[in-house]
Amino acid sequence: MALVINEEQQMLKSSTKEFLDLKSPLSLVREMRDNNYNQFSSELWTEMVEMGWTALTIPEKYNGLNFGYVGLGQVLEEMGRKLTVSPIISTVLTSTSLISLSKNEVLKNMLFQEIMNGNKLCTLAHEEGSHHSPNIEISIVSKKDDVLVLNGKKRFVIDGSISDYFIVSANHESEKNVDLILVDSKSEGISFNNKVHMDSRIYSDISFDNVKIEKDNFLSSNGDGFEILEKTLDIARIGLAAEMLGNVQQAFEMTMQYLKEREQFGVKIGSFQSLQHRSALMFGEIELCKSIVLKALQAIDSDDEKLPELASLAKAKLGQVSKLVTNEAVQMHGGIGVTDDADIGFFLKRTRVTQRTFGDSNFHLDRVAKINKY
Amino acid sequence: METQVKVDLTNFRLETRKWLEENCPISMREPITDAKQLYWGGSKGKFSSEDQEIWFERMLQKKWIVPYWEEKYGGGGLNPEQNNILNQEMSRLGCRKPHINFGISMLGPALLKFASDEQKLHYLNQICKGEVRWVQGYSEPNAGSDLANLQTKADDNGDHFLVTGSKVWTSYGDKGDYIFCLVRTDTSSKHTGISFLLIDMNSEGVTTRPIKLISGKSPFTETFFDSVKVPKKNLVGTLNDGWTIAKYLLTHERQMIGGIGETDKKKSLSEIAIDVLGKNEGILSDTSIRSKISNLEMNEKIFDLTIQRALDEHKAGNNSGAASSFFKYYGTELSIQKEELRLEVNGFNSTEWTSEESRNGLEARYFCRSKGHSIEGGTHEVQLNIIAKRILGLPTK
Ligand SMILES: Cc1cc2nc3c(=O)[nH]c(=O)nc-3n(C[C@H](O)[C@H](O)[C@H](O)COP(=O)(O)OP(=O)(O)OC[C@H]3O[C@@H](n4cnc5c(N)ncnc54)[C@H](O)[C@@H]3O)c2cc1C
Repeated sequence: MALVINEEQQMLKSSTKEFLDLKSPLSLVREMRDNNYNQFSSELWTEMVEMGWTALTIPEKYNGLNFGYVGLGQVLEEMGRKLTVSPIISTVLTSTSLISLSKNEVLKNMLFQEIMNGNKLCTLAHEEGSHHSPNIEISIVSKKDDVLVLNGKKRFVIDGSISDYFIVSANHESEKNVDLILVDSKSEGISFNNKVHMDSRIYSDISFDNVKIEKDNFLSSNGDGFEILEKTLDIARIGLAAEMLGNVQQAFEMTMQYLKEREQFGVKIGSFQSLQHRSALMFGEIELCKSIVLKALQAIDSDDEKLPELASLAKAKLGQVSKLVTNEAVQMHGGIGVTDDADIGFFLKRTRVTQRTFGDSNFHLDRVAKINKY
Repeated sequence: METQVKVDLTNFRLETRKWLEENCPISMREPITDAKQLYWGGSKGKFSSEDQEIWFERMLQKKWIVPYWEEKYGGGGLNPEQNNILNQEMSRLGCRKPHINFGISMLGPALLKFASDEQKLHYLNQICKGEVRWVQGYSEPNAGSDLANLQTKADDNGDHFLVTGSKVWTSYGDKGDYIFCLVRTDTSSKHTGISFLLIDMNSEGVTTRPIKLISGKSPFTETFFDSVKVPKKNLVGTLNDGWTIAKYLLTHERQMIGGIGETDKKKSLSEIAIDVLGKNEGILSDTSIRSKISNLEMNEKIFDLTIQRALDEHKAGNNSGAASSFFKYYGTELSIQKEELRLEVNGFNSTEWTSEESRNGLEARYFCRSKGHSIEGGTHEVQLNIIAKRILGLPTK
């Protein structure tokens, strides 16, 4: 497949940019943070739903747009440029992907409908440790007095504080399978510890204490839980890499603009060769990022067997480059760069969280080595 | 002779050790965990605990607030060897510094070298009593790396100057009593039109506005001067020769910032990594983090050796001059890398910003603050330029 986006995808990208320029400028992130770390603008969400973003990756059979992940990637990239705060990562990128892979038709019909309408927010509750891992160590589904109950602790749940449903990964007590269970966030036995992180977004630690679950609420069946989970994580890694690509491009462009404006020693600071060379190298690194993100997005749409490796390459590379670019961006802004008055710091702080979400570069480099058997 | 000196120093060490053990309150021997535990003195200075006050008072009586300044200036009159011993004994017990002040670390050395006798007697004695909190007024919005471009002007107005303009990045500007400032006294030349002026922050026309950092904290201010009257006797050194003082003082500031990475007495990164990630067959389970930590430690240890070597060479009379730029660059670079690595080690916990568990984002905020290390006191780029120009003698154009 040619490594370019087609005309339709280009149109989606442009209309996304236009929309966000208007509705979600960078200043909105600051505003939401200063408004007691507000996580959700229902007005913005309603408009995103109207733009069709929640339906992008839902198959036609369920009345979705079936536009594919290259398309969603363009939306995420543009959102990355604006650092837009919305439930797209949790509800669309992660949850919708997981639901698509499920064989539970009843749940699929119900959830897709609710998500497309923008009525319900959904998130994956999976992590348990301090670092990303696909494995589950704590959470467990077991039978108690003839009913199924969920016990466990999940960490770092994206949008956990605003979601209506959690999709919880847990080990099944009797079988050696991973279960993926839909849990209403208001169920009895759930308690939250909501934590603001460096990027001003809230991630929740969630405890499940004998939470009753219905047989019908399993998204996994016949032992396919882990497979679905792994694939969902790969898709999430790639989608997040697309957001990170937007982050770095925006931070880079803002910095190039600053180098053209700021004067010291009677000249524009962009005339200093040490800054020029580093800028040129960053340009090159960002070009590399564009290639791997697009390739990985295409691999989701084409169901490429190399998906796991491409997902890890994308997340590892974007983790490294986003660290490089945001550090350089702050440094090249000089003192202003470390003040809250400047917007550039928001990119630094967002990427320090995304670097680790769904696995940091250490994790993914190790995984690439394992996939390639060395 | 030689042996007599040795005996004296040994006695000094024993006496010092005994005195410190008897006089330093136990709680003042704990590592500092919060900036509040430092005592900055000045008219707005408050002790955060009774022990802190006792410790300050005892050191004050002993004249060890600035132990190495001459006694006539209020110092302890210790020679370099004695001072070294005192430092060693203090760190052996873990004694905190009784008082921190830019007057000691930055202004003092400049006054000693450039001020009149009268000024020295007055200001240094004040500093040794912790009475005045000094802040620095160098940078301006358009004079950062190009500091000599500063525009805050001091006009000759008979027996005083009239100062008008603004400074940025005044550390603790809102808490300062006095500010040492670079001001423009001649607009016809760049470097030789700058003077070094001491200004009372309580003068009419001085105001400050906090600068908020990406860490969410505001330890800096912008400082505005609106026709502020400053007596002529507050000029240090010769009129229009302030740049010489500024450069001298920047060297001291650089050494201070370069040392930031070393004061970290908390758990080592490898210990934290073992706690968080666990061991596997006796070694840290995450081998890529393991080699990153050992790489950092290699550089930290070798950097310490290099500082040691520079000091020894200095004592032996070989001055390596512009090396302070390298120390500032490398020391801050290591501290920045360490904070990045700390995030890798601590994973999801590392970016918590407001939680109780993270003590209100202590580490995440410190990480953000570390990004300033490669900017304050002259940026990385400026240090490297100095090395290229002054040490390597590379052509400029
Ligand atoms: C946390 C913090 C604390 C500070 N504390 C103080 C203080 O106590 N007192 C005080 O007076 N000031 C203080 N400063 C100000 C500091 O000294 C300046 O920020 C610094 O000198 C850089 O100036 P600038 O911010 O104007 O950046 P600029 O000079 O505009 O620099 C922007 C970028 O251009 C680069 N650049 C500039 N010139 C060159 C060149 N010739 N070659 C290559 N690259 C170049 C810089 O390195 C930087 O990356 C502090 C700053 C910070 C961030």
